[in-house]
Amino acid sequence: MSLLDIAGLSASLGRKTVLDRVSLAIGAGECVGLIGPNGAGKSTLLRAVLGLVPHDGTISLTGQAPASLAPDEMARRIAYLPQEREIAWPVSVERIVGLGRMPHGTGAREPDDADRRIILEAMRAMDVAGLAGRRATELSGGETARVLIARALAQRAPLLLADEPTAGLDPAHQIACMRVFSDLAKDGASVLVCLHDLGLAARWCTRLVLMAEGRIIADGPPAHVLTPDRLAEVYGIRAFIGAAEGGMVLQPLDVLVGRDAV
Amino acid sequence: MSLGVGAALAALALPAGAPTLSLAANDGADAAPPQRVVSINVCTDQLAMLIARPGQLLSVSSLATDPQTSLMTAEASAHTLNHGAAEEIFLMKPDLVLAGTYTRRPTVALLQRLGFPVEQFAPATSFDDIRANIRRMGALLGRRDRAEALVAELDARLEATRTATQGKENRRRAGLTFANSYTSGAGTLSQAALDAAGLENIAKDFGVRGMARLPLEALVMADPDLVVSSTKDYGAPALAGETIRHPAYRALAREKTSVDVPTRYWVCGGPFTVEAVRILREAADSPAADNLAATARRKP
Amino acid sequence: MSGTAGYRMLLAGLALATAVLFALSLTVGPAGISLSDSLDALVFGNGGAAGHDADTRAAMVLVMREIRLPRALLGLGIGASLGLSGAVLQGLLRNPLAEPGLLGVSASASLGAVLAIYTGLSALFPLALPLAALAGAVAAVIVVQAMAQGGGTLTIILAGVAVTSFAAAMTSLALNLSPNPFAALEIVFWMLGSLDDRSMTHVWLAGPFILAGCAMLARCGRALDALTLGHDAARSLGIDLARVRLFAILGTASAVGAATAVAGAIGFVGLVVPHLMRPLVGAVPSRLLPASALGGAAMVLAADIAVRVIAPGRDLKLGVLTAIVGAPFFLWLVYRSRREPA
Repeated sequence: MSLLDIAGLSASLGRKTVLDRVSLAIGAGECVGLIGPNGAGKSTLLRAVLGLVPHDGTISLTGQAPASLAPDEMARRIAYLPQEREIAWPVSVERIVGLGRMPHGTGAREPDDADRRIILEAMRAMDVAGLAGRRATELSGGETARVLIARALAQRAPLLLADEPTAGLDPAHQIACMRVFSDLAKDGASVLVCLHDLGLAARWCTRLVLMAEGRIIADGPPAHVLTPDRLAEVYGIRAFIGAAEGGMVLQPLDVLVGRDAV
Repeated sequence: MSLGVGAALAALALPAGAPTLSLAANDGADAAPPQRVVSINVCTDQLAMLIARPGQLLSVSSLATDPQTSLMTAEASAHTLNHGAAEEIFLMKPDLVLAGTYTRRPTVALLQRLGFPVEQFAPATSFDDIRANIRRMGALLGRRDRAEALVAELDARLEATRTATQGKENRRRAGLTFANSYTSGAGTLSQAALDAAGLENIAKDFGVRGMARLPLEALVMADPDLVVSSTKDYGAPALAGETIRHPAYRALAREKTSVDVPTRYWVCGGPFTVEAVRILREAADSPAADNLAATARRKP
Repeated sequence: MSGTAGYRMLLAGLALATAVLFALSLTVGPAGISLSDSLDALVFGNGGAAGHDADTRAAMVLVMREIRLPRALLGLGIGASLGLSGAVLQGLLRNPLAEPGLLGVSASASLGAVLAIYTGLSALFPLALPLAALAGAVAAVIVVQAMAQGGGTLTIILAGVAVTSFAAAMTSLALNLSPNPFAALEIVFWMLGSLDDRSMTHVWLAGPFILAGCAMLARCGRALDALTLGHDAARSLGIDLARVRLFAILGTASAVGAATAVAGAIGFVGLVVPHLMRPLVGAVPSRLLPASALGGAAMVLAADIAVRVIAPGRDLKLGVLTAIVGAPFFLWLVYRSRREPA
């Protein structure tokens, strides 16, 4: 039984079909990159799994329908990092990261020692421990992004859904983020992460799911999914593809002119 | 002095004890009495109805038929009613218009410009004012004898009350509460009625002249023997009337003697104002009040 | 966490200030009863053994228990309702300009109360007063909440302006149509609020609704913390947003509705207090709730003491004082939010 099982998932916004009979299974220990051009339906897929958008089809979490789970239980099983990065109030960074402990009973009480250790670990992993006392609304865009990733990590859920976590990060922190996700998977958790940076996706994910126009076009190891033909067909780009340090290297080079002819 | 909102404001604006204004009054010689008299103020309405000879008074204001304000509703409904609009008064072609000094001022100004004789009566704030107003009305309508008879009757009833009051060594203290916690002090008709009934007004302790707010807790602490309200049923509730429904007021009214003097008896000054005096005196003399006063005197 | 001790100190300080203002409110009034006499009359039912005769003592007890106590109790409850609901609405809408007065909740509650009182319904059935105010408040919150979905600060404020103007116009219409000439003058009370000569009857009528409303609002803290991160993140943290909205709407409507039904619309308390408290609680929404409740109570009690001290006997309206403090503060907030990227 997979950790997450999606079968025949469809969703629409207004009259536009955003997801068209998507089926996907994710097992424990996988770091899955969800890639595809703008409007492919990646974010909607993540939000549908969480029950944030109305949808048809079935979703099961280790065999259980999300609707049958209490909200708290659901939150202990899935951590979600949305694209939205607006923090409403000038709360301290430590408090923001601490919100990840809420499904575990914190919120009604102050965090205990175990919570505090987890919060500190999460902050260290994203290199924001030094910002612990700062107001979260006074951080740079990249710092905010890292604080929010740390918040999702502090939730310690077996499944992490992350929507564009690396956008706006400098290269070092992009790599740090992907390394943390990859390590999570090695420790037995699963990660489903939406990415626009194909280089990061190719290098750090064990599996890639390529979406376009609400459908899954390809699903498999990076080298099988990111072929020059698919890049041309789906993205309309030409890229350098190679290998280094035991992983795949991909660098987009140019936009194909007259791609319809391909 | 009066209890309507507008009139209350007028009373506030009026310097206490201002003499009756006789604006262009021809008190003296009345060659030919007017034949088509129109009154547009509820106070002049009632005086005119008491004094005019049949047929002389053409029209009175519609307020004169309101039992909450007027004591002469039956008589009033026998007359043509007006609403104090210059246009309708003009069409009646009156040879005398009777008005109050503080109400319908634009109408009065317009009628005067059109050449109609208008006589204005200031609100009475004392029994002397009432006598003067009755006599002036008598002179204007050519009915001096009728006016003198009314004044004599008024004086006789006041004298009777005064005699009854004499010999009561302890003057009772009365607290007046009108809408919105307002009370009346020196220079008002209410004060004149209390004086005539041989009662002290607690408003004097607070130096109230004319009308002023008397907070509920000040009323309670002033510890009056007699709690006087003056209500009028407007046919709809308003917060203004909540003062007398406040538990503290009700407790005070339960402990002391309480009496309601309906607004219509003293909103206008007239022979009928004696009735307000009688109601006050009767309440002060009620056995309940005697008992309470006696108990109070026994206490250290 | 490190701020916990400071937070407890803050709450203790606010509670103390509120208690002092409550006691002060009991001792201020035109009757000029001394401090010891007034407390004696209130607590033991006898107004100072020495120097007063029985009648004066009875009068003091009546003044303390039936006039000043309800006034102070209502100041406490109404202030707490306004402060708490302001903090909850700001957290729920993630908007620092949200407040029951600005969102039209108070004006709509006034309209409900006016309809109940001036039609005579509340005289026949006293509970009609808080219930009608509650219904008015619910309508306003629902309209503004619907407008707030996906809208920015401007949308919410404009919706509040529209709701407030409409409710005020309808209140004015209802009062003008009353045959009672006093009714039209009482629009001032409904728009600016006053605690003058309120009674225990009002306390019993509004108290249960205020308590129930505040209890509902107090339960929103955890959800508001999560909402700091936005709606989706909050839901992914296990927050049932529909339930939180229901609690916030019903809680605000019940507490502010009942408060407005007995004291008129008192503006700006729900705006100013959470803002003053926010830096003191590290901006944590759940911690802001008790602090704003206490701060609101202190502010209304202080304003109600001030109206009695500044202009005794003139029945100065509470809303005048809160607006003198609140309106410039609101303008400053608007100015500041204008400079920030939307």
